[in-house]
Amino acid sequence: MEPYDLRDRAADNLRFIRETMEAATSFTAVSGWGQVLVGVSALITALIATTLRQPAAWLLLWLAEALLAMTIAVVAIVWKARRAGIALVSRPTRKFILSFVPPLIAGAILTLGLYRVGAVALLPGMWLLLYGVGVVTGGAFSVRIVPLMGLCFMLLGGLALLAPASWQSWCMAAGFGGLHIVFGVLIARRHGG
Amino acid sequence: MGLAHLTELDRLIHERIRLGIVSALAVNTSLSFNELKRLLRTTDGNLSVHARKLEEAGYITCAKYFEGRQPKTEYRLTEAGRQALERYLAHMDALIQSMRNH
Repeated sequence: MEPYDLRDRAADNLRFIRETMEAATSFTAVSGWGQVLVGVSALITALIATTLRQPAAWLLLWLAEALLAMTIAVVAIVWKARRAGIALVSRPTRKFILSFVPPLIAGAILTLGLYRVGAVALLPGMWLLLYGVGVVTGGAFSVRIVPLMGLCFMLLGGLALLAPASWQSWCMAAGFGGLHIVFGVLIARRHGG
Repeated sequence: MGLAHLTELDRLIHERIRLGIVSALAVNTSLSFNELKRLLRTTDGNLSVHARKLEEAGYITCAKYFEGRQPKTEYRLTEAGRQALERYLAHMDALIQSMRNH
């Protein structure tokens, strides 16, 4: 047996292990590059949001961003699943959706309630907190880095609720923009796209 | 050095499908029979034979249950299995390193 064949064999084995792990990881459907795109769109939204004076306009802008972000996320997840050649609706994906969506629905209902009583200042903190809860619970079935990102969102949400009102735009930018971009890059590099 | 290493190789997970099963389970709490089959692009018979080998070695555990009327098989990696994969990875790394130094 040639020594170089042996090395090729070992390198090939390592590649196989890595590829299998990557393909198996994307069962949980999180797309890193999709997250980076969501982060960039949130940063742009945060920039525009600081120029708006009226609460209604501010809220509408962020709702539009939420829709855009969801669309980006879904497209990125489908693209990643296709590329990895795996079924989109697997049991881990279902578990992820089932635990991720309820906190978001709670957030949507609370948004309506808080807006009606004029408590718009509470929205950024609540959004960050509940989104973080969704990521932590959904991420429980994913790689460890996902629930970690959720915890960071929850921390920022707490900060946004306690900090002066002038910090809130920064918290939104740091959370939906910054955290998505940082963790998106980490996930993309470690778990293939 | 390289050849001496080869003799110590964990034959149990050296086989492709078995290595695939262990690798896939290392990044998931559990995977069903069908998920593994799809992931490794293999047949029912092939997967069940190799999974049984790993189960007998104590590298994975296998739980059978019913979801409605559908029988389901769910696999998990044991601590022994995780350690075996880590040893195997270190082994391959060492193999590449030792060849590089030649």
